[in-house]
Amino acid sequence: MIRYLGKRIIFMILSLFLIVTATFFIMKAVPGGPFTSEKNVPDEIRAALEAKYKLNLPLHEQYLDYLIGVIKWDLGPSFAEKSSTVNDMINRGFPVSAHLGLQALLLAVFGGIILGVIAALRHNKWQDYLAMLIAVLGLSVPGFILASFYQYFFAIKWGLFPIAKWEGFEYTVLPSLALAAMPIAFIARLTRSNMLEVMGQDYIKTAKAKGLNTFTITVKHAIRNALLPVITYLGPLLANILTGAFVIERIFGIPGLGREFVISITNRDYTVIMGTTVFYSIILVVSVLLVDIAYTLVDPRIKLSDTGKE
Amino acid sequence: MKKNVFALVSSVAVLGAALAGCAGGQQATTDPKPAEGTTGQQPAAPAEKKPQVLKLNLHSEPPTADPGISEDTTSAAIIRATFDGLTRVDASQQPVMSVAESYELSEDMLTYTFKLKDTKWANGEPVTAHDFEYAWKRALDPNTASNYAYQLYYVKNGEAFNKGTASRDDVGVKALDDKTLEVKLENPTPFFLELTAFPTYFPVNKKLVESNPKWAAEASTHMGNGPFKMETWEHKSKLVLVKNENYWDKDTVKLDRIEFAMVEDENTELSMFENGEIDWAGSPTSSLPTDAIPALKEQKKITTQAIAGTYWYKFNTEKPPFNNVKIRKAFAYSIDRQSLIDNILQTGQLPAMGAVPPSMALKPDGFFKDNDVETAKKLLDEGMKELGITKLPPITLSYNTSEAHQKIAAAIQDQWKKNLGVEVKLENKEWKVYLEDMHQGNYQIGRLGWLGDFNDPINFLEMYKDKDGGNNDTRWEHPKFKELLNQSATEPDPAKRKQILLEAETILMDEMPVAPIYFYTNSWVQKENVKGVVIGGLGDVDWKWASVE
Repeated sequence: MIRYLGKRIIFMILSLFLIVTATFFIMKAVPGGPFTSEKNVPDEIRAALEAKYKLNLPLHEQYLDYLIGVIKWDLGPSFAEKSSTVNDMINRGFPVSAHLGLQALLLAVFGGIILGVIAALRHNKWQDYLAMLIAVLGLSVPGFILASFYQYFFAIKWGLFPIAKWEGFEYTVLPSLALAAMPIAFIARLTRSNMLEVMGQDYIKTAKAKGLNTFTITVKHAIRNALLPVITYLGPLLANILTGAFVIERIFGIPGLGREFVISITNRDYTVIMGTTVFYSIILVVSVLLVDIAYTLVDPRIKLSDTGKE
Repeated sequence: MKKNVFALVSSVAVLGAALAGCAGGQQATTDPKPAEGTTGQQPAAPAEKKPQVLKLNLHSEPPTADPGISEDTTSAAIIRATFDGLTRVDASQQPVMSVAESYELSEDMLTYTFKLKDTKWANGEPVTAHDFEYAWKRALDPNTASNYAYQLYYVKNGEAFNKGTASRDDVGVKALDDKTLEVKLENPTPFFLELTAFPTYFPVNKKLVESNPKWAAEASTHMGNGPFKMETWEHKSKLVLVKNENYWDKDTVKLDRIEFAMVEDENTELSMFENGEIDWAGSPTSSLPTDAIPALKEQKKITTQAIAGTYWYKFNTEKPPFNNVKIRKAFAYSIDRQSLIDNILQTGQLPAMGAVPPSMALKPDGFFKDNDVETAKKLLDEGMKELGITKLPPITLSYNTSEAHQKIAAAIQDQWKKNLGVEVKLENKEWKVYLEDMHQGNYQIGRLGWLGDFNDPINFLEMYKDKDGGNNDTRWEHPKFKELLNQSATEPDPAKRKQILLEAETILMDEMPVAPIYFYTNSWVQKENVKGVVIGGLGDVDWKWASVE
């Protein structure tokens, strides 16, 4: 296990290095820079700006500087937002995105599993149809439409929640629901089909024959096995929910990091593009690793080691 | 079996109840929603005098609150509220003395001597002429890398210092004593007083700026000398300004607080307005969603105001067929601007028949007729003969990706087809790629806009002076036009200067390297009890005189 983890970590660092390098050079190759604007500044001012941000150095020096910056976790100043550094932006924005994301993730996991289990246990009954209807809606209605829909009913019509902004728990409810809609649906369908499959297997029949009650069978034997595919989905979902909240964050005026990720590209805000990319890449590789570790906890048959593969 | 399903269902019910519970609790906390009520928690405040609170949306985080490096309208709005210049532009759009008490102008119009009032920084220290001298030289210093340093090029040796060919001491601004500021200019500049109301000309507190380079990034260290001071700045989320008790003209300031949200989505902003959470939506700090405009107009809720900005199509005058002036004119004349405004833009923009916007117009009735198809056809024929062609080469109209630009381009494409019988291809590009292509002359016809920085026509003419001037893009140059602009710079008599500039604009419109389309407007919705917000002719906003009744 330790050897395996060590190896995984080395691979993670290597892939991060490749991501950083590729992003850097692709970014530099895109036409237009941070100071390209409708009102062109005089040459001497442009030169002063480039000198201030060290864009006048040869490309390889900028690249080296950047790599050193990443290692020291000093990601440089933002071009567009002059009063902040990229570290400031991540430190401010990420906790907000993480709060929203984890809330949505919990909602998605518990909501999705419960819906899926109910649907499977009441297969082809109205509960099943209802759960699957919710799932189909969640999958087919895009998040931003749901968001405006929630705003209209929950905020404007009924005044239950605020329309936008980020100031307390009540502000998190609608965006979490909007963000969780799609993963709830996906997890519900995944759980349902796996539960149906597992429930038909011999060991469940054995358990039933032994006279165990349905609750014990469901919780102790069935759900545990039905959850493996759900866990596989959690890694990408975690990364996705943390990075993909851009639209939801925008609609609800949430000061998260998702927006920087997107806007920095249109602004050619080089340091922010790099900073957010590196940061999210780290989250992605770490969450994939966590999922692998979670496997071993759920299914003892899976061992994390590179030796003794079958 | 039944029991266990019951267990599951009931756990779902518990979860649901928990959620509903939060909802219920929340309802109780936000229920006392009448906007002003929420801030009424001041201890033992006399009940009759309710604090005046204005709630607004900023659309996005202000990139900076430092007057020396600000370059965008959001930053400028916050800076104008928290700082005060020698002058301030009031509701009549005229610069009035603010920190300055009076000024003297020398005979040759080259030296201004300002006498300052006794005014204070927000912490009570006096504002001195040295603060102005320091602020201007700081903005001009190449190490500061201020985008708007060129706004100070009117000051003697300002440009030279920024370019590194003159020293800091050569710059023509000097504090003669704490209360006297002497400014020497390069040329007589009739709009100089107005410039001193522009953020780059605002003073900064030397001690503060030198001791803390990040002073402008947080509310706790930010300090100005304006009508308001910053109380809270939760980045990307919330900004609160409160009345500055040390402001010299605090009796004029009615508002106790201005609370800004930073919601980027325009539909959300409008919903917040309609729900009573903010008092204002749309320009100048944000914009209204295009789709909502017709309905708002019908309900007569919308206010529109012209601002000094021109939306135009530029021709690449080096590439055929637009190297021919008659063909350029034909394309410009055959656009039906009024119908674009009525059907597409829909917020009372004005058709542009000249380069200079109405607030500073040299020839208010314009230089040509809108939708002049007859003349356009004739000109096109003549132009093609001059070029010796019977068929136009393929023509491409470029714009940057945006729904509004796309709609306008499609409509004009249609008009050109109908009026002139020419086929035009549309091409859109991502913003920065587009700008790069425009600046490099990599286009045939392309759109751009220009917003004035100060209220003078030179703003809209100057960029076409040099072929390789940074914002020309058309590659057009005209010796007479150039000469006239140079002449205007040294002409001390305002009437004569205006005549010279008119002549210059006439040449520009005769040669038509750009086809003006429309003059910009600001449009917004506001609560009726909000009074006294000054929206300047340049689209800037000042809350100094605002009140909530």
